[in-house]
Amino acid sequence: MNEAILTVEHVDVGFATDDGTVSAVSDVSLSVAAGEIFGLVGESGCGKTTLAMATMGLLPASATVSGSVRFQGRELVGLAPENLRRLRGDRISMVFQDPMTSLDPAFPIGEQIAETITAHRDVQRGQARDRALALLADVGIPEPERRYGDAPHRLSGGMRQRVVIATALANEPALILADEPTTALDVTIQSQILDLLRDLRQRLRTTIVLITHDLGVIAQLCDRVGVMYAGQLVETATVAEIFRAPRHPYTQALLAALPTQHQEPGSLRVIPGRVPNLIDPPPGCRFASRCAHVMDVCTIVPPLAHESADHLIACWLSEATREAGRPTGAATGGAA
Amino acid sequence: MSGQVMVSEEVAPVQPGGPILQVTGLVKHFSTDRGLFGGGAKLHAVDGVDLEIFPGEVLAVVGESGSGKSTLARCILRLIDPTAGRIVFDGQDVLALKGRRLAGFRQQVQPVFQDPFSSIDPRWRVGTSVAEALDAFAIGTKAERRARVLDLLDRVGLDPSLAGRRPHELSGGQRQRVGIAAALAPSPRLIVADEPVSALDVSVQAQVLNLLADLQRDLRLAILFVAHDLAVVEHISHRVAVMYLGKIVETGPTDAVFREPRHPYTKALLEAIPRPDPDRRMEGSALHGEIPSPIAPPSGCRFRTRCPVAIERCVTEEPEMTPFGVGHTAACHVARAEQQQDDHHRP
Amino acid sequence: MSVAIPNVPTRTSRRRGILASRKGRVGFAILLALIAIAVFAPLIAPHDPNAIDPSRILAGPDLAHPFGSDALGRDVLSRVIYAYRVSLGVAVGSTLLAFLFGVPPGLYAGYRGGWVDTLIMRPIDMVLALPALLLAVALIAIIGPGSDVALLAIAVIYLPILARVVRSSTLVVASQTYVEAARARGTPSRRIISRHVLPNAIGPAIVQATILMGFALQIEAALSFLGLGAQPPTSSLGVMLADGRDVLTQAPWVEIFPGVAIAITVLAFNFFGDGLRARLDPRGVTR
Repeated sequence: MNEAILTVEHVDVGFATDDGTVSAVSDVSLSVAAGEIFGLVGESGCGKTTLAMATMGLLPASATVSGSVRFQGRELVGLAPENLRRLRGDRISMVFQDPMTSLDPAFPIGEQIAETITAHRDVQRGQARDRALALLADVGIPEPERRYGDAPHRLSGGMRQRVVIATALANEPALILADEPTTALDVTIQSQILDLLRDLRQRLRTTIVLITHDLGVIAQLCDRVGVMYAGQLVETATVAEIFRAPRHPYTQALLAALPTQHQEPGSLRVIPGRVPNLIDPPPGCRFASRCAHVMDVCTIVPPLAHESADHLIACWLSEATREAGRPTGAATGGAA
Repeated sequence: MSGQVMVSEEVAPVQPGGPILQVTGLVKHFSTDRGLFGGGAKLHAVDGVDLEIFPGEVLAVVGESGSGKSTLARCILRLIDPTAGRIVFDGQDVLALKGRRLAGFRQQVQPVFQDPFSSIDPRWRVGTSVAEALDAFAIGTKAERRARVLDLLDRVGLDPSLAGRRPHELSGGQRQRVGIAAALAPSPRLIVADEPVSALDVSVQAQVLNLLADLQRDLRLAILFVAHDLAVVEHISHRVAVMYLGKIVETGPTDAVFREPRHPYTKALLEAIPRPDPDRRMEGSALHGEIPSPIAPPSGCRFRTRCPVAIERCVTEEPEMTPFGVGHTAACHVARAEQQQDDHHRP
Repeated sequence: MSVAIPNVPTRTSRRRGILASRKGRVGFAILLALIAIAVFAPLIAPHDPNAIDPSRILAGPDLAHPFGSDALGRDVLSRVIYAYRVSLGVAVGSTLLAFLFGVPPGLYAGYRGGWVDTLIMRPIDMVLALPALLLAVALIAIIGPGSDVALLAIAVIYLPILARVVRSSTLVVASQTYVEAARARGTPSRRIISRHVLPNAIGPAIVQATILMGFALQIEAALSFLGLGAQPPTSSLGVMLADGRDVLTQAPWVEIFPGVAIAITVLAFNFFGDGLRARLDPRGVTR
């Protein structure tokens, strides 16, 4: 097993708002091994994007981050902004969801890639341009020479997202955070982009953290998966395990709600209930109010424990969690 | 709510007297900006579409960006006027309607839009938005309208007390339900839903789809369901029409189209849906390239530039809709040839 | 292709008042005070603004005359208060006039688009193209000087500005889906404009108008300074500025206080405008 390139430990993220503090991420710990594609899945509002932004130091001033995020051994939480800036676009890149707004509409796409290069490396403009052209070809843009000078609006959504990926790759980062990179694209184009990501991982051995709500994308692309709900990380396992033997009730419910193609004539199952208010979240496991197996002990946050070597779960139903929760007593969960 | 929806796929929709909506040869071209010397390019958004919807039936029109499906929906709603073609609703020529009769048409055909944020006036109270059609068509007394609004809100699964709230106090899913309530207000017979769940959170999509299915069943509504994703429509539509670059390439009962797609584009759409099964990974996408510009669609079959099985004939000759089973048609030279071969080899 | 939106209400804002921002409140408070001063001038002014007192020619500020006296011994404070009436009246009046006559064409042009838009906006654009002050001077040359003419001139200058502002926001609003929905629900055009488009598009025009009022004050002052605005015996802040110029070194208070009055008013309008913008903007149009 490769060593961990990214280690997240007991991270909390809170946002100060008019109505109180939103506990967007609560005590999340996970690790990503070098060279793997790690999927972070959950519904909107579960905190997966917030966690990624916290890693990159891209959260607004109203956010408070506590805990530890170590990238290649280096602590990122509390790192001076200037040092973070040097890492971004160089060692860690981010690909955002909306290709329309990720690119500056006023500049040619080739220039934008070149700019990322010159911002971090001491190279001549000509060299940066050459590299940008190579990258455009790499991500599958036909006729890169001709398209180098195109403004973003001349490209389709799929093409733009390829350019965004090229920018993310420009300085050969060790880690790419891709936040719903294909959600805004047509399904046939999405398929192409997923191919591209797979191919890039194969060739360049880049580590990718893929954030998405789409379990299909997870199944097709990821090696390991982390499932988040309402700011808490509830389960982590290999992709095969997650689909074949999900242990957490939320993961199970998510999978059960998937409409499979060979289902009996029409039935769309939904998870009853609503996501809890994160300003005043209920103590303990946040899925408790919608869980079919809820117990009294669920008002205490279940610790993440090893169900097996590669499968972590945070649920009092699991023997492993019960073991882990016993000696130290348990901390009450809640707002950050 | 139990959260279960039963959409029977075997029962054909009731057809007293034929289709409720019939579209023939619909064309919509937009002219793009003219240069200094005139002569702008024409954008072929919809280029000859035929379709029918029967009373109480859900017809899904599925296509990716550039397919023209939204333009088609707007033409049917008479929010824009088509360049050519006929639209017949309940025996009336929709494009010739004016004044009172046009108002009558609008009452019968209502839209549900995609974006829950921009489809309701942010300054109006929810109740007023729901009652808009009632007010416009002067349906009932004020008291009756108020009662109907409360009833509609309840019908779409919202607390009637929300009538006094402003949209920004509601979530995306709730707003979309308000939009549906507003569409139901004048008791329409046909709902034209333009991607009604695309902008919603995945967990809410299923809820709203279930709602639409329930309403459709209870009120015997016909629905034209425009979507970009085949997966979404599988559980709610009776029939599916697949659009590509302004034309319909395949039509048929949902089950048939999903189980035995005939057109290469339909196959590609189905294959492209990422399967939530890590043991069955797709090794490369079915489709290469990008959708061509609707300003200059390819000659012959428009799909040929991305088609894995395109032949010579596809460049010169536009394929016609051929039947492939009960109510199942597709426009593809290769598929047609294959079927003829099968017919020949039948003992 | 669209983006999944979190299924939570977008805002649960507590501060519903028009003056959510501190800036807005400050501006509003000052404006209220200034308007009160203008309206209640006869009650507030300590002395008769036109009372000539030879014994107090260019006298400095003291307890009885906090702003000092001018070249004719008149109390500057009282003069400022009365001049304020005129100046503020012109500033507010001209902008309101421009608003009343500029918004409807802009609204209609933006909604209808096409040749209607061109037909309405071309003449308006032509007026916009002319330099403001020159236009005012030309108008006054034709009609004759006076504060009412100044009011008219400023209204003419502002009308195209407000028409354009409201046209722009109308273009945005008219492309919103709820306008399409309204059409599909059978709402007639007139009602769509009055009940959907107008309320949603008017915001930026109102904000612009508040800020324009501040500028109007300055334009009036400039015109009066040049002798083209208020004519004696009427006095506006601009007239006072002209008067004070001659005695600037001997009695600076004659010049300074009217100037400060203008500055405070413009600032108040700007603050209030900013407060309005903060309140009107995130409320409903954007997410």
